[in-house]
Amino acid sequence: MSDDPCNFVLERDNFQQLLDVLAKHGYRVVGPTVRDGAIVYDTLSSAADLPAGWTDEQNGGTYRLRRRDDQALFGYAVGPHSWKKFLHPPVVRLWQATRDGNRLDIREDPHESPKMAFLGVRSCELHAIAIQDRVFIQGQHVESRYKSRREQAFIVAVNCGQAGGTCFCVSMNTGPKATSGFDLALTEVLEDGRHYFLVEVGTESGADVLRELSHRSAAKAEEEAAERVHASTVQQMGRKMDTVDIKDLLYRNYEHPRWDNVASRCLTCANCTMVCPTCFCTTVEDVTDLKGEHAERWQKWDSCFTMDFSYIHGGSIRATPKSRYRQWMTHKLATWIDQFGTSGCVGCGRCITWCPVGIDITEEVDAIRKSESETSAAKENHGNTTENPG
Amino acid sequence: MFMKPTVEEQTVHGSLHPMVPQPWCVRRLRWETEDTFTFELTSENGLTKFCFLPGQFNMLYVFGIGEVPISISGAPAKAGSLVHTVRAVGAATRALGSLKRGAHLGVRGPFGSSWPVEEATGKDVVIVAGGIGLAPLRPVIYEVLAKRQRFGRVCLLYGTRTPDDILYIKELEKWRERGDLQILVTVDRAGQNWTGNVGVVTTLLAKAQFDPDNTVAMVCGPEVMMRFTIRELQSRGMGVNDIYISMERNMKCAVGFCGHCQYGPTFICKDGPIFRYDRIQHLFAIREI
Amino acid sequence: METLQRILADHPFARGLSDKHLELLTGCASNVRFEAGQEVFREGEEANEFYLIREGKMSVELFAPERGSVNILTLGEGDVLGWSWLVPPYRWRFDARAIEPTRAIALDGKCLREKAERDSELGYELLKRMAHIMEERLHATRLQLLNVYEAHS
Repeated sequence: MSDDPCNFVLERDNFQQLLDVLAKHGYRVVGPTVRDGAIVYDTLSSAADLPAGWTDEQNGGTYRLRRRDDQALFGYAVGPHSWKKFLHPPVVRLWQATRDGNRLDIREDPHESPKMAFLGVRSCELHAIAIQDRVFIQGQHVESRYKSRREQAFIVAVNCGQAGGTCFCVSMNTGPKATSGFDLALTEVLEDGRHYFLVEVGTESGADVLRELSHRSAAKAEEEAAERVHASTVQQMGRKMDTVDIKDLLYRNYEHPRWDNVASRCLTCANCTMVCPTCFCTTVEDVTDLKGEHAERWQKWDSCFTMDFSYIHGGSIRATPKSRYRQWMTHKLATWIDQFGTSGCVGCGRCITWCPVGIDITEEVDAIRKSESETSAAKENHGNTTENPG
Repeated sequence: MFMKPTVEEQTVHGSLHPMVPQPWCVRRLRWETEDTFTFELTSENGLTKFCFLPGQFNMLYVFGIGEVPISISGAPAKAGSLVHTVRAVGAATRALGSLKRGAHLGVRGPFGSSWPVEEATGKDVVIVAGGIGLAPLRPVIYEVLAKRQRFGRVCLLYGTRTPDDILYIKELEKWRERGDLQILVTVDRAGQNWTGNVGVVTTLLAKAQFDPDNTVAMVCGPEVMMRFTIRELQSRGMGVNDIYISMERNMKCAVGFCGHCQYGPTFICKDGPIFRYDRIQHLFAIREI
Repeated sequence: METLQRILADHPFARGLSDKHLELLTGCASNVRFEAGQEVFREGEEANEFYLIREGKMSVELFAPERGSVNILTLGEGDVLGWSWLVPPYRWRFDARAIEPTRAIALDGKCLREKAERDSELGYELLKRMAHIMEERLHATRLQLLNVYEAHS
């Protein structure tokens, strides 16, 4: 990029242009909209579809929408959907097979890669996408469907103006300000009767799109206003997680009694894995028609919380809910680091909000950390309780 | 000459795309025991060379039913055809067993890590197999026998439930006749006509001839059997760096995307199924991991 | 209120022990209680104790990954649990769990091992009893292996 100033301003009145320009370039614009009492991600036909004037209240097992007293377009945190819905779709047909006598013919389904523009990607979500990139693109094998969807995606990030009740991106170093991975990044400012977006350009594609919008360079005061937004969000985190030595902490504590404690609460409903932006597990389903001539293989989202997930001849390896919760949490926070070089958690808080019993991953880590020393003392007195003889 | 395949070669030779099964044809199918059969496949895509390393597996697809991970049980050097030994325990494996000559099935692979045949050169080799565990080890035996002079003493310890469950009976005889490897077979329960050893496979270790300071041990079988075998090998003086085992977990994609085969931080499909014991020793002791 | 020595003397394991040896054993003994379902020891752990069951029920188990814990043997009042304390490498080969609330006398195997090294009479008394238990178990296991209830053709 040249020596253009880094920040620009897009007035709220001109926001619709952004969607128009993206549509003109052939993108299907997807972003937040209100539906069924939540803010979900879906196709946007205009800026009017955005949740203007809405905010969310989130806590363990709780999610409610509330009206704001302003008309902010992005005045909420994240909802039950994440961008994996588009990049790593829940249901995909992999191939079709036909049988003709002995002959078997298998044809891979073409990779349909619609051009999508993601509008309103939060910093934690940018990190989550980068994390899934490592799983699907940067390993020994490349998931080519994911790769083409990913390469085609145009990303408009939004720097959070308000943290959610279960957010802890600060603890995970994933936000609240987006630092990379976007084509454009917006900070929404509502101040002194004005409503505008500070725009940061991340890539050439982003610059190309911006060029077609009514925009101007940002004034210093406007940049400072945006910085105030970023700074205030940092202070609003609803949760925190101490990640010091967390991998080894969990590796040391596979037998910690806290797992029994959380297992007594966990319903193994798999909500957490469905809402988590980095959970990537899938299963395959082979289906056939009645005539037995045509078969298909479908790939679907799966969860390590199901009994079937670890089934091998004879039974499941992880038969107890305790082992399955332990698997999920240890994978997310510890083994993921050995597998992919980063944590699997971005601190978005979805698993806390959408858990029907409000299990809080930050609390679980804390409990293990705090009582670790207590447990090793207890082990020495294992089994022996003395009593009066008789 | 046997060449170690690169990742590219594996995906090219074994499958045009690791996610899409390629059609192979059943040339021969023979039942070894009541529930286990061996079949030989040839490629329908004109592939004359299928490169794989001993211990690797393929995903075998039966039309309309499903896919299962099965270790390759044939000789790596004889790569024109693919040989698998399968135990019929579920819908897909039973369906594989009812395929007739000329039938097609889908093959993706090869996947996974391999037995340390290279590492064992110049050393004694102890192969301990339990039940169907002999199948993924047979390619090692072929490799070792093909270059017998490169290895020290070689012994195969093989245990099954009953004499009727013994695999590759004719081959075991042929190997015995060679005189350059020690073969000890045992069963848990004998019938009327069995005059061989009776007892769990770990009891054979006392009779095996090898130098624990200069041996590579390869163990494959049910996890409980491997657990006790490792203990016996250690009490014979073997170090954890010289023992290799084969782990098994639920597998769907075999390429590290579906998450099913995770074992601690490892993916059985990529980091395994064969592991050097010291690398997963800490995981082995954890239940339901 | 009975003393620990009296309780010990009543257990079949201690039958025939001289007063001197009974006192020695009592010195290494303590009363323990396990709740139903409580794990007593786990495969691989150091075997430093063994138990004389006074009341209740315990199981000896083996863990197999897809099967979970498999109960191999149950023990109750008057039985003895554990001989790995006497046999190198002094590590439990199986798991043990209390199935019902159980009261037992725990004997410090490590301590007894050391005492037996110096007092071979004590050592022989212990070994005699353990050998008897092992023989019984082995015999029972062999019978279990025969699978006598299965229809044989």
